[in-house]
Amino acid sequence: MTAVANHFSYWATLFIAIAGLYIVIARGNLVKKLVGLAIFQTSVYLLYIAPGKLIGGTAPIIADGFAVYSNPLPHVLILTAIVVGIATLALGLAIVVRIKEAYGSTEEDEILAQDQATLDPLSETKT
Amino acid sequence: MMAVITAVIARQRNLFGVVVLFGIYSFLMATVLVALDAVDVAMTEAAVGAGISMILFLSVLHLGKGVEMKPIHRPFLPLAVAISTGAVLAYGTLGLPAFLDPQAPIHQHVAKRYIEDGARETGVPNIVTAVLASYRGYDTLGEVTVVFTAGIGVIALLRRRRSRKQGEKP
Amino acid sequence: MRDYLVLRVIAKLMITFMLLFALYVQFHGDFGPGGGFQAGVISAAAIVFYGIIFGLQAARKVVPDWLVETMIGAGVLLFAGVGVAGLLLGGNYLDYFVLGANPVDGQHRGIFWVELGVLITVAGVMLKIFYMFAGRGEGGGE
Repeated sequence: MTAVANHFSYWATLFIAIAGLYIVIARGNLVKKLVGLAIFQTSVYLLYIAPGKLIGGTAPIIADGFAVYSNPLPHVLILTAIVVGIATLALGLAIVVRIKEAYGSTEEDEILAQDQATLDPLSETKT
Repeated sequence: MMAVITAVIARQRNLFGVVVLFGIYSFLMATVLVALDAVDVAMTEAAVGAGISMILFLSVLHLGKGVEMKPIHRPFLPLAVAISTGAVLAYGTLGLPAFLDPQAPIHQHVAKRYIEDGARETGVPNIVTAVLASYRGYDTLGEVTVVFTAGIGVIALLRRRRSRKQGEKP
Repeated sequence: MRDYLVLRVIAKLMITFMLLFALYVQFHGDFGPGGGFQAGVISAAAIVFYGIIFGLQAARKVVPDWLVETMIGAGVLLFAGVGVAGLLLGGNYLDYFVLGANPVDGQHRGIFWVELGVLITVAGVMLKIFYMFAGRGEGGGE
């Protein structure tokens, strides 16, 4: 039981991560897939920051009266990761916008069906 | 609570509701980060996740059909894949140090030097800014370059040529 | 949205507050939470707010396209330029301690310019992405 108490933060993070993974794999709508990807990314931030906290510690800003500081190194890495995550999200959404204009929908099934429909006539005879 | 929100997002069909729930999720994440003493990260996550991400998602939704229904087709295999991945990772986390352990290796080597010498060497009390801008300045340069590249990429994808009749680049 | 008086007045109050807050976060990044990224995102959000309430054309008049595109490149150049300045003054690339009279002053100066470069690029990119997404629908529909 101490294993559960000690590792609870990791398991909560893992639940959110696999929920995000499930959304990416199992849902057909492209925008929802991107939301699932963003959820997965934020769970990874939690995974890195949770081990950095110390009991009785405070935010890593040097001030008089505080002796124990939480670890600042994961904060730096995750700050970069958040900004890179939004860059990825913006590019993904731009691609979704172009796909919507080209195919007319954002459902994965309909897009694949349209691709199949245009591929088959090309493989038969040349005009 | 965040686990509940995530489960609701997975089940939710209305896309606008999904985006709003994602905003709620981002704010909850920012609150959890403050509880974990990561104030810089919480401010960035609140601003980025609940601000800019929401704006971009809403813009994309506005461009399309608005409220969208998405069909669910036989989610057993993805559910099995997700749960088995989670089980393997949970088994792996048993080897990680316990939560709130001050003797964990990550507190020992580099972080100790940053906390002790940071204010003295750089003159900046906020250690996160000192590390980000001074000790790990290269990483920040790379990150700014990534943001720049994302901007260029979005411009390249979405720019419209005014001279064409139909208004779309092939 | 232009016709709703309450929204317009509140928007004008809040946008000035948001821009001021973005500047505060930027310059107090040394002493409290904050820094370039947060300030850039908050200031971009302020202009986006203006664009949502008053229309995309009005926002494009306040912050025109050429300014945003210049901002995107200028921030990266500023950051790289600080590194080259460190190189020219005798240290390695991106060394700050050679930039001032004593090392701590040099660090302060270097961190200030670097955070400013980050602010400019992040604000420019976020705003440009919003312009692209919002302008996409205008050309086709509206």
